[in-house]
Amino acid sequence: MSISVGYYPGCSGSGTSVEYDKSTRAVCKKLGIELNEIDDWSCCGSTPAHTVDHTLSAALSARNLVLAAKQGQEEVVTPCPSCLANLRTASRKIEDENYRPKVEALLDEPCDEAASVASTLQLIVERVGMDAIKKAVVKPLKDLNVACYYGCIMNRPPELMQFDDPENPMAMDDIMEACGATVLPFPLKVECCGAAAGMPKKDIVTELSGRLLDVAESLNTEIIVTACPLCQMNLDLRQGQVNRANGTRYDIPVVYFTQLLGLALGLSAEEVGLSKLVVDPTPRLRFAGVL
Amino acid sequence: MRIGVFVCHCGSNIAATVDCPAVAEQAGTLQDVVFTTDTMYTCSEPGQNEIISAIKEQKLDGVVVASCSPRMHEATFRRALERAGLNRYMLEMANIREHVSWIGKNKPRNTIKAFELVKIAVAKLRNNNPLHANKFDVTKRVLVIGGGVAGIQAALDCADAGYQVVMVEREQSIGGKMAKIDKTFPTVDCSSCILGPKMVDVSQHENITLYAMSEVEKIEGYVGNFDVQVRKKATYVNWADCTGCGACMEKCPSKKNVDKFNEGISKCTSINIPFPQAIPKKAAIDPSGCLMLQKGKCGVCAKVCPTKCIDFEQKDEILSEKVGAVIAATGYDMFDHSVYKQYGAGQYPDVITSLQYERLMNASGPTGGHIVRPSDGKEPKKVVFVQCVGSRDPSVGRPYCSGFCCMYTAKQAVLTKDHIPDSDSYVFYMDIRSPGKGYDEFTRRAQEQYGVQYVRGRVSMIYPKGDNLIVRGADTLAGTQVEVEADLVVLAVGAESAKNAPALAEKMRISYDSYGFFMEAHPKLKPVETNTAGVYLAGSCLGPRDIPTSVGQGSAAAAKVMTLFSKDKLESDPQVSKVNASRCVGCLKCAATCPFGAIKEVTDRAGNVKAEVIETVCQGCGICTVTCPQGAIQLQHFTDNQILAEVNALCQAQLDF
Repeated sequence: MSISVGYYPGCSGSGTSVEYDKSTRAVCKKLGIELNEIDDWSCCGSTPAHTVDHTLSAALSARNLVLAAKQGQEEVVTPCPSCLANLRTASRKIEDENYRPKVEALLDEPCDEAASVASTLQLIVERVGMDAIKKAVVKPLKDLNVACYYGCIMNRPPELMQFDDPENPMAMDDIMEACGATVLPFPLKVECCGAAAGMPKKDIVTELSGRLLDVAESLNTEIIVTACPLCQMNLDLRQGQVNRANGTRYDIPVVYFTQLLGLALGLSAEEVGLSKLVVDPTPRLRFAGVL
Repeated sequence: MRIGVFVCHCGSNIAATVDCPAVAEQAGTLQDVVFTTDTMYTCSEPGQNEIISAIKEQKLDGVVVASCSPRMHEATFRRALERAGLNRYMLEMANIREHVSWIGKNKPRNTIKAFELVKIAVAKLRNNNPLHANKFDVTKRVLVIGGGVAGIQAALDCADAGYQVVMVEREQSIGGKMAKIDKTFPTVDCSSCILGPKMVDVSQHENITLYAMSEVEKIEGYVGNFDVQVRKKATYVNWADCTGCGACMEKCPSKKNVDKFNEGISKCTSINIPFPQAIPKKAAIDPSGCLMLQKGKCGVCAKVCPTKCIDFEQKDEILSEKVGAVIAATGYDMFDHSVYKQYGAGQYPDVITSLQYERLMNASGPTGGHIVRPSDGKEPKKVVFVQCVGSRDPSVGRPYCSGFCCMYTAKQAVLTKDHIPDSDSYVFYMDIRSPGKGYDEFTRRAQEQYGVQYVRGRVSMIYPKGDNLIVRGADTLAGTQVEVEADLVVLAVGAESAKNAPALAEKMRISYDSYGFFMEAHPKLKPVETNTAGVYLAGSCLGPRDIPTSVGQGSAAAAKVMTLFSKDKLESDPQVSKVNASRCVGCLKCAATCPFGAIKEVTDRAGNVKAEVIETVCQGCGICTVTCPQGAIQLQHFTDNQILAEVNALCQAQLDF
């Protein structure tokens, strides 16, 4: 099977979550997916743009989709759910004949030709499939209790994302199970971690992320698996802050699903960027025989 | 021909958006129309008297009433014509309410359309002929489908009135949902103590034939003469000999079957009698777990049975019954809460449904009436009830209120306090809907006397924490989020239509709504009738209902059947197909297309094959008339000439007012 799609890494992929970008590229290569990075891509508008100006936000994202189409890509995938939400919103807006001219005026070019958008998670689940993953696993994640945490926007709003169950998504659960891990039924898998409130109001993050860690700990979770750079950051980078604020002593590694999937597919710790994580997962992975 | 046209204002219903006097005036220009008028309420007594006197004074041969849907008042006006000495089929109605005034607001254009409809009606009436009904016999037996409390009431009432009743119940025992309930609201009396005797009456009544474990396969025929086929499902036990001693149940080695009567909270043996008061009290084998039927070895039940009534070779049987009327009382199903993924979706053993909780509280239930947690058997001290699970929620396709959940939740909260005095109960609710007699007082008593804490707000999610469950929701009165740590969560699931309801509705040729509930003929004035003559409804197959309403409707449906059976002969509808024998060439294409089998082959005196319509079977659908290559078969009251006259009238140049 050979799959070739456009690739949009997003700003976080070249900053706070380089390990997500790195492991995504490595895993896709292993699974026979050719990722063609969009040449000259720009920021999707991220969180601030749409709070200021909806048309500007749509134009920022639409630009990337038009570029991709020009470069011969019908479909673009992105690892970051926030980018995904922006790109999908933009692609829906420019389908509207009445809205499109506003975007075109900002971009100075027509945008009737634009690529469609999906997450790399959706690509792997729907186009590669669990059977192919099971066959490709060389190092099963045996004896590893993982909890999959999707965050609030990977599958929501459902009518925009049109992927998986908005209340009880199973995509990552299925991938981890295909890799041989023991997947715990994590009841807060789509709860908010506090998202971008970490800057303006840190106590929101320490409370919400604290609750996630609390429930994960009560389930005997050894590793939390995520698919969102912001979720990963709140749970991993801020775990110390959460502990200090709540008087807890959690020490749960928080990794991207692509990192664990990569290890199962036989990639090295270096190739999936394990060293970039704050809470060190290597002792547990070594104990479980994955490393 | 002399025709009179009566245009109804229907108060402001029609007159507000149709110029009724103008329609009446214009109608006077139509051929054969000799009298026109407009009336405030044509269906009222003075309105009908006006028709009668006009017929007499103007020597009218036919009448057009331009008013509401004929579904509403065609029978009314036909009776008025008969009182004036005219044939009832010399009436035509133009529906200028549902088809005009209610759907358009432009008065001039509405007025034109109303007149066009009148024009069509006059054109058809000019081609009408008097029709006369035939009489036929009534089979004075009634089929009751469903043995819940509504069906039981209907069957007993009919049987007590002296009529033969055939009751068909899908499950192994009658009793329905009520038999599973511990106590009833608001009187908190024992459910099986008031239902049990009625169930026994059904089994002992000489006029009632009960088929349990049976389903209606086919219903053919018409009011007064239905032919019913009933599939009696294989129970692998010869019920004629089974005494219900239970020896087989004690010895059956396979104990892993889902106990349907206990709502799946416990397991039962493969050969089983669902509950001690079951009617009929007969054992049946569930083949899914039976070692003999699955693997061919065991047969312990056959060895221990004192009457040797086990029969592993038993097959489904098809029985035929003739009845004159049908009462459907097929009840409802509980909403499948696993749609609510955020409530645990059946993952957490200590999140249960209200009916499961009912079995836990019931002395004949799997725990002997002790409330315990399914996960570890401990007594819960904090129980949270979540209302409106599958009610009033468009996101799961259940926008309607199930009506009884508020009450059974209050009852369960009260009983929880009775069972476990040191327990606390919380109820998350949206509104409390308790309009029945003594109902509101009861929900108040739950709060004020029993200290049940009512929190107004929906629950957003339920998740486990250690051994307990965190119920997170909103308190919309306090404007805050709330979290309650519960030992046990009871979801007050709403009602939905029974799984096979639409299929059954099609067998009975009655309509059902988009949720699968059966439709009454009129929501206010014909609450237990259907649009199919001779088929009546009772209980929750019409929509969620509590016990008193179900029982009331059971009696109401029985009363309708008795009214029907009070006549020895019924009149057939003359609006059926009729063969013109001189034109018929005997190809019998009509017989091949007739969905009701209403056309038979006959030979005339000259030995030619001809088609003939069985009047009582014909439903007047008209398929045969369009099939006949000779135009020899015509639907009375809707002949080719009548319909062409309507089309011709409509195709004439449009008038301006």
